[in-house]
Amino acid sequence: MTATPDIVCGRLSELELSRNFADAHPALTGPQAALEADRCLYCFDAPCMEACPTGIDIPRFIKAIATGNLAGSARTILESNILGGSCARVCPTEILCEQACVHNGLETGKPVRIGALQRFSTDWQMHHGGQPFVRAPLTGRRVAVVGAGPAGLACAHRLAMHGHDVALFDRHAEPGGLNSYGVAAYKLADDFARREVAFLMAIGGITFHGGVTVGRDITLSALGGHYDAVFLATGLAGVRALGLAGETLDGVMDAVSFIETVRSNDKKDVPVGRRVVVIGGGNTAVDAAVQARRLGADEVTLVYRRGIEHMSATPVEREWAQTNGVTVRLWAAPERLLSENGVLTGIIFARGRAGADGHVVYDPEDSFTLAADMVLKAIGQVFLPAHAEGEHIAVEGGRIVVDARYRTSMPGIYAGGDCIAGEDLTVAAVRDGRDAAEAIDKALRAAGQENG
Amino acid sequence: MADLRTVFAGISSPNPFWLASAPPTDKEYNVRRAFQAGWGGVVWKTLGEDPPVVNVSSRYGALTYEGRRMAGLNNIELISDRPLATNIAEIKRVKRDFPDRALVVSLMVPCREESWKAILPIVEETGADGIELNFGCPHGMSERNMGAAVGQVPEYVEMVTRWCKQYTRMPVIVKLTPNITNILAPARAALAGGADAVSLINTIQSVIGVDLDAMAPMPVVGGQGTHGGYCGPAVKPIALRMIGDIARDPDLSALPISGIGGIGDWRDAAEFLAMGATTLQVCTAAMHYGFRIVEDMADGLSRWMDSKGYAGVADVTGRAIPRYVHWNDLNLKFRTLARIDQDACIKCGLCHIACEDTSHQAIARLRDGANRRYEVIDAECVGCNLCAHVCPVDGCITMEPQPVDGMQTWREHPNNPSRVTA
Repeated sequence: MTATPDIVCGRLSELELSRNFADAHPALTGPQAALEADRCLYCFDAPCMEACPTGIDIPRFIKAIATGNLAGSARTILESNILGGSCARVCPTEILCEQACVHNGLETGKPVRIGALQRFSTDWQMHHGGQPFVRAPLTGRRVAVVGAGPAGLACAHRLAMHGHDVALFDRHAEPGGLNSYGVAAYKLADDFARREVAFLMAIGGITFHGGVTVGRDITLSALGGHYDAVFLATGLAGVRALGLAGETLDGVMDAVSFIETVRSNDKKDVPVGRRVVVIGGGNTAVDAAVQARRLGADEVTLVYRRGIEHMSATPVEREWAQTNGVTVRLWAAPERLLSENGVLTGIIFARGRAGADGHVVYDPEDSFTLAADMVLKAIGQVFLPAHAEGEHIAVEGGRIVVDARYRTSMPGIYAGGDCIAGEDLTVAAVRDGRDAAEAIDKALRAAGQENG
Repeated sequence: MADLRTVFAGISSPNPFWLASAPPTDKEYNVRRAFQAGWGGVVWKTLGEDPPVVNVSSRYGALTYEGRRMAGLNNIELISDRPLATNIAEIKRVKRDFPDRALVVSLMVPCREESWKAILPIVEETGADGIELNFGCPHGMSERNMGAAVGQVPEYVEMVTRWCKQYTRMPVIVKLTPNITNILAPARAALAGGADAVSLINTIQSVIGVDLDAMAPMPVVGGQGTHGGYCGPAVKPIALRMIGDIARDPDLSALPISGIGGIGDWRDAAEFLAMGATTLQVCTAAMHYGFRIVEDMADGLSRWMDSKGYAGVADVTGRAIPRYVHWNDLNLKFRTLARIDQDACIKCGLCHIACEDTSHQAIARLRDGANRRYEVIDAECVGCNLCAHVCPVDGCITMEPQPVDGMQTWREHPNNPSRVTA
């Protein structure tokens, strides 16, 4: 083992990097979209629609593509899901709409390519139609939305549509949340996240305040005092630690930060190890591992503590990792980080197996070592209730508690997205934001009537 | 293998598949290629008097249905636009080189005896096997008092047929237009004039669509459009009905029929034969896919005939005619019910919504959590077949005939005020 840290930028030429970070799944052409749209059976009570957390009328938007009514198609998507463009790119459609497609019953493994068609329509709208919604008469109400990720953006847009003014806060300098900072670059290539935010904000009435951390720069109570309502969509700001000595070594970092670095910088300026070990079994682990490979890492190993069937990354994501040259190792838990002269050199894993009671049993005597210049931790993100400290907001199981109308325990404060319980999916966050906005609008109008 | 050889109005061909008079049979080059590909015969594109007609540029319009191209085709092309002598010389050469194939020449000249008298010997001299009188072209030529303008007047049909029988020894096939209320009238006129056979249907007058940018009917010719003649798969049902009407008419049953209209494969061919055709004329399918389609047509027809024990084409011709009856002869006691194969069902819900919105509310939509199930309500099902037609899974919805208790037609039905009482 060498004692020289081998984490550098520019392992590949700029040409190779631009190729590696181009669109992972290029858009359908018009004729391809027409052919694919004609495959849709236009089901009644369509299973795909039910499988979509935002409940997009999928048969209707696909039929509209088939008839050449692209503006109508896009509107059908966007009125259910204003982030339909990014959802078309990042949704695990293989476990949502496309898994439910009845074509699977006709031709196994060949559902209608709903995600690709959704992208076709929303791309058309963004290129040709611009923002399709107009604001209702202004209400004079002001709502603060904290967190400018998918949930916050969806909420802000819907509130603006209903005529309310929105102040949108985020700790980052730019809006977009995970779409801007947390998803693999090739999934939202060509600056899509920023373009989509601009498209969404074009409705007007939304003012973005970047670099503001609620709980540090402004208290929740103060926000509640300034605005007629507050929507919290702060996501999961914390990451889990391995709990091993040496986690502060150079080269040991969390995958979320690594991905944020990839997303925020020119790819030639992103340092990456020659030998990279990613620990975790979710889509974040896959996004980190594949991007490390595409930055030029020689060896990338994704190590997961249990079996393939337990991984939260979908089969499509796992295959994506493997076809990108990532080695996947299962049933192994990190035991010890190795270093020489303060430089990370490797990591020791204990092999495990499923125990009788279903829990994994690891055997410290049966271990293996992976040489590593870089270890990326992707073992889960957690809710950081920083903004709620000192406030009387109920938190349970590490997430903010809300009722069916997205109301927290604090009056006038709503929450949605990853910071509440439920699936941690972009599309579910969009639904939360949209539905919370509807609830806020209803409450504000009811209050207005009482006052009037 | 079944014997596909046919003799039609005295004209022999190795199989019943002929190319109809149309662009594919416009000249020697195409017809040679067609014969080399295996076609049993051709009807050469209609010859007229010199000077030849002039055709426009932009000639076809097509109907695309849910991604399927050329479900229907419309054309505004006229008859052959080449000099008569050119066509005659080519016909002669081709017939000499393919003596076993049927080569029939389509003709259209003005409704004057001297015009027909003049052209017939010229055609006869080529050695062609017969002539087909184009009384069907529904555009352009009909405005010059030819084509459908003749076919729509039974007296003219009879008159011209008689002239032809008088001035040539070649068999005379009269091609009928479907742009008429009762196909039996011109068919009877053809028979009265001495026709050896009829062929039908010619194209149907149509506007295939409107170009919404040019705001003109398609095909657009320099900013304008005109009606044309419709053919292809979409017209098959119209052709089958007209052919069947002639075949079951007692006065016309001896008149051989060459079936035309949307024939694209061996199954279509078998259906046309069953409804009374002896030979089959094809155009649109060849224009879509090329001459090679005849290979599967002939092979498929022959194998199907083997499977059914039909030795020759004559065994199939008219086979369905005894069971092609008038509505009043149908048994009102017959009942059939839809059956859904739940294992094959993919839960698209199309059967339910079709029945629920537009028919008899006879398919129940059941839900158990995320599981969908569609079930036929026998008491409401009238056996209309709609669900079976909309179902995208072959064999998933079948219609199951129920035991029948006797026979009762409308003629005897108590609800019929003019019923026959025994």
